[in-house]
Amino acid sequence: MVLKPHLDDLKIIGYYLGKITIGIGLFMLIPIICALGFKEVSPTFDFFIGIGASFLLGFILTRVCFTDKDLNWMQGMIVVSLSWLIATIIGAIPLYLSGHWASYLDACFESMSGFATTGLTLVQDLDHLSYAHNLWRHLAPFLGGQGIAIVALSLFVSGSSGAFKMYVGEAREEKILPNVIQTARFIWIISIIYLLIGTISLGVTGILIGMKPQNAFFHGACIFMAGFDTAGFAPQSQNILYYHSFSFEIVTILIMIIGTLNFNLHYHLWSGNYKEIFKNIETRTLILSSTLIFFIVAIGLKQLNVYPGLVMFFRKGFFQLISGHSTTGFQTIYAQQFIKEWGSFALGGIICAMALGGCACSTAGGIKMLRLGIILKALKEDIRRIMLPEKAVVVQKFHHIKNIFLDDKQVRAALLITLCYLVLYCVGALIGMFCGYPFLESLFESTSAAANVGFSCGVTNAGMPAILKVTYIIQMWAGRLEFMSIFTLLGFLVAAVKGK
Amino acid sequence: MSHVTRHMSHVKIFLKAILIIISTCYLLPVTCYSQVSSSDLINNAKQYDGKEIVYSGEVIGDVMVRGNFAWINVNDTKNAIGIWLPRNLAKEISITGSYEAKGDIVEVKGKFNRVCIEHGGDLDVHAYMLNVIKKGKNVDEVISPRKIKVAIAFLIICLTLAVIYFIRLFYSKRR
Repeated sequence: MVLKPHLDDLKIIGYYLGKITIGIGLFMLIPIICALGFKEVSPTFDFFIGIGASFLLGFILTRVCFTDKDLNWMQGMIVVSLSWLIATIIGAIPLYLSGHWASYLDACFESMSGFATTGLTLVQDLDHLSYAHNLWRHLAPFLGGQGIAIVALSLFVSGSSGAFKMYVGEAREEKILPNVIQTARFIWIISIIYLLIGTISLGVTGILIGMKPQNAFFHGACIFMAGFDTAGFAPQSQNILYYHSFSFEIVTILIMIIGTLNFNLHYHLWSGNYKEIFKNIETRTLILSSTLIFFIVAIGLKQLNVYPGLVMFFRKGFFQLISGHSTTGFQTIYAQQFIKEWGSFALGGIICAMALGGCACSTAGGIKMLRLGIILKALKEDIRRIMLPEKAVVVQKFHHIKNIFLDDKQVRAALLITLCYLVLYCVGALIGMFCGYPFLESLFESTSAAANVGFSCGVTNAGMPAILKVTYIIQMWAGRLEFMSIFTLLGFLVAAVKGK
Repeated sequence: MSHVTRHMSHVKIFLKAILIIISTCYLLPVTCYSQVSSSDLINNAKQYDGKEIVYSGEVIGDVMVRGNFAWINVNDTKNAIGIWLPRNLAKEISITGSYEAKGDIVEVKGKFNRVCIEHGGDLDVHAYMLNVIKKGKNVDEVISPRKIKVAIAFLIICLTLAVIYFIRLFYSKRR
């Protein structure tokens, strides 16, 4: 029997959503400061309207649904899934008002792409976009990468069991510190320290390659936020190709790799436990899969002699591989070159890299290295079981921060989420083909959206069918939240209709 | 006999004319300077690789000086293409495109590279000639009056709500 949700459920969900909405509004003060600094008047009004809408909605929700009760698991999951939709809708307001997006749907696409750390874009005339709007595009992944609900709540809440439920709902299962709000604040602190280091590194590199200091540091901050949070947005339409610089690309590769690592691993590295990086199942799996896919891409590109030199192969082939595998989506080639020049084999390698993704408990998307590692360990265990005598006890262990015995529950969970991702990739590809795009392009773009990568082979543009825009928005949302909170929301809606 | 010869010579002239027309159609774009768009260059990169081309568009972003040369990025409304050119040519650019300015519209002549060996495989143009077709200019911001009204309305509503909130907070604490 399905139970109809109680009014209290709605009140608790509404109350927390209200708080998160106000939190999102507060973050819009940053682009306002930027707009005032650069004397951009019109963008200032755009963000005032965005703040006004979020404060008004947040105030109404917190007043109407006021409660002092804590969240249960179901409510926590629903708050998370809905908060991402609200953030998308509110975050799109200033973007749409700028006039650089053809429709509100396009602005919502951009907003979801930012918050979900994807990086697919529908912006028009990006090269004339204001500093404030550009900063908001890059700030969105910085907030979304940490987790919108957790980021917003870490401003207001001192620590509650409800916060942990939302933390899990945002696809984070690992608590780095005992309290989830402390964990969120730790993630904030290391992100801000990295932001300062990354901005200075990219800013100085920018000046050395001939950019104006003001632009160099602004681009540095934007590229860092998009790289560390594996989003792949850039302030100019050519993405990383704009800079025409090997040194800039090297710094960007380092940022992408740092961004794709597990925050728990960062904590251990910061605590001086450097051995963890070599022992951890995730980093080992990442190195293994990167190496294998590297050979696939290298063979594919060599077959067609796309890049005749080693440096060229590194700057184009290897860069795109790391960008895809870390699910960042920075590009040093034009979107059309993937299809026109790379060939199916190398492209297949990049699709595999995107699908597998980065590490768990990071800002990366995709299936994740932890799950892949667990599945490979389970496979190894089963093969050993077949090979050894029937009475032999086969035990499989893996190291992830500590030594863990592999059990069926972990394998089942890893396989289930992997299956969900594969279905999501296929559904998006099918809808792409339904809209008239060829198989390879459809699969490439669908995988890029669902794994929150942001690579485009040319399908994503303002002129694509609305059904495909909505599909990619749903894929980015589901991919970022890793399904569970969305399934809970769907279950809640079914219960609201069919429940007794 | 003479009739047959005359007929043959007409056929020869006709065939020659066709040959010339076909050669002109096929060879002109690749042997002489051809005005091409960014989409043409990206989508037909192999066809244009190593050829002399003419490309025009708006200079956007920074003029990045590197020694005696410089990088500029020229956007023809579809895509921006990187142009590598001597530093003295880059000096002719006065305004580059950004939020506050419409950049100079330039026409560059140079060699197109699908995969530039000198620049790590970039798709670029090595230019040796640059003409500023139209000077760029600063763009005045146009702010819609409706936008201002909506922003002010939101500001008033939010301030009112904040005042109500703090008054209630103050009285609840006193109680």
